[in-house]
Amino acid sequence: MSDNAKRQDEGMDVRYVANLARLELTDEEAGEFQGQLRRVVEYFRELKDLELGGVEPMAHATLIQNVFRDDEVRKGLDREAVLANAPQRTTELFVVPKIVE
Amino acid sequence: MAKSGWNTLAAHELRDCLDRGECSSEEAVRSVVDAISATDPVLHGYVSVDVDGALAQAREADAARRRGERGRLLGVPVAVKDVLNVRGQSCTCASRILKGYVSPYDATAIARLRAEGAVFLGRTNMDEFAMGSTTENSAFGVTRNPWATDRVPGGSSGGSAAVVAADEAIVALGTDTGGSIRQPASFCGCVGFKPSYGRISRYGLTAYASSLDQIGPISKDVEDAALLFEIMGGHDPMDSSSLEVPMPAVSWRNGQGLAGMKLGLPREYFVGGMHGDVDRCVRAAVEECRALGAEIVDVTLPHTRAAIAAYYIIATAEASANLARFDGVRYGHRAAGVSDPIDLYRQTRAQGFGAEVKRRIILGTYVLSSGYHDAYYVTAQKVRSLIRRDFEMAFTHCDAILAPVAPTAAYRIGENRDDPLQMYLGDIYTVPVNLAGICGLSVPCGFTGDGLPVGLQVIGPALGEACVLRVGYAYESVSKVRGRRPGAG
Repeated sequence: MSDNAKRQDEGMDVRYVANLARLELTDEEAGEFQGQLRRVVEYFRELKDLELGGVEPMAHATLIQNVFRDDEVRKGLDREAVLANAPQRTTELFVVPKIVE
Repeated sequence: MAKSGWNTLAAHELRDCLDRGECSSEEAVRSVVDAISATDPVLHGYVSVDVDGALAQAREADAARRRGERGRLLGVPVAVKDVLNVRGQSCTCASRILKGYVSPYDATAIARLRAEGAVFLGRTNMDEFAMGSTTENSAFGVTRNPWATDRVPGGSSGGSAAVVAADEAIVALGTDTGGSIRQPASFCGCVGFKPSYGRISRYGLTAYASSLDQIGPISKDVEDAALLFEIMGGHDPMDSSSLEVPMPAVSWRNGQGLAGMKLGLPREYFVGGMHGDVDRCVRAAVEECRALGAEIVDVTLPHTRAAIAAYYIIATAEASANLARFDGVRYGHRAAGVSDPIDLYRQTRAQGFGAEVKRRIILGTYVLSSGYHDAYYVTAQKVRSLIRRDFEMAFTHCDAILAPVAPTAAYRIGENRDDPLQMYLGDIYTVPVNLAGICGLSVPCGFTGDGLPVGLQVIGPALGEACVLRVGYAYESVSKVRGRRPGAG
């Protein structure tokens, strides 16, 4: 059975999905979530019984679309106050691990 | 009034006392701080209290008042759910991943309260990132219900409801994505108000589910709910989803009862699943509304059963995207000793998030993932259309809807800890309101046989806040449980 077909069969492979979400799970968490979330997803499937032909999907609670503002310079947040929350920083920048070799 | 009693007042009452010179803001803040010292070690409604900062703000307010300045909340302390940014105060969302974070700016709702003179005293406990119905999902410990300390206060704004009920606050702010203001207000015997989507700017609110989140007050009476709504509401260019429509004139103070109003009872809400005591309290409140002159009519909301699934698909999908920003780069926790950037994200998030947040991120990622997007996410969005249509139809027959807030009173601590689905099902009467983007008010309406508070929910159409507040105010004015507070301790 291919990976994809296996996932389909079990509904959800929490480890696979957690990796998509950049989330590492312990074995204990993976086991616990697998059972809990399988039941939730089974519950979600009840929606399939509804007659939804011709119903538009609703993305938002209001009918506002594409709000624009004037393209003008505005003051941003205070740099020092923002950088003060950084886990690692220089005087002006966030520091991250090396991304490009 | 005894000097120690200022903490028991509502915001509008305290403001009037301050204006009349009966007390100073500093005295009022001290009485709230004393109440916190006395009862919060047991309740744990606050995650942090800034006593020195609040006293400094109070002294400024007192000085402003002496200069003849006035404000609708001048010198009144307001407790804030730990998800809203208050400049210079910590904002953790009750998560380890934001431990130590200090807000560099005020949320718009906060800035508007500050402009009216509000004093920001403390940050209230919540379910981590507002994900939960009990406040048990806080990384910093559970909050206890002031009516029964072996019970939860509800959630996710459980800290705000608990501190208002226990007079550890004058008034508080909460946020409501699927009931997180109304349900804890109901569980703690407070008033809780979720305005229509788009009424109050979400700028500075740490997002959970952006198409559903709304800020609102948790208060001691309906008048305070209206007062804070009026101050915080209105268009804000910083939140493009905030509506450019005029705020309503809330005109329920002239005591016209409910004559001429039609109030709907949704038949799907009164079948099975509801605790007998909740049913009894809500039906008694309906009769009070009838006695006030309202005509009670039956309405139908046929897609109610589908709301929980639709809500948890949409909310978790949006959450999985919103919480991607917590990656250990710009703020908050960062996993130590990791050199690979992808591992840094994975381990930072593993260490920083609690179990319910992880579950919802996984669920949300799953329903958006390739091959499942149409089956779950788009289907849920279609169901959302049907639920909105249900309400639109119902509101052609009535001005507002009367309903329970939750099927039961407050749960025991730990009751549903290992059964997320069971917990989600308890949100059945609140999530449809968020999905439809309409407004809902929770007003105390009775007690179970065990002495636990029960709330009446008044639901109104989009932008129907004035109507909802008028119904709530009229009911509250005759309610036999108005002003009832938890016993000593």
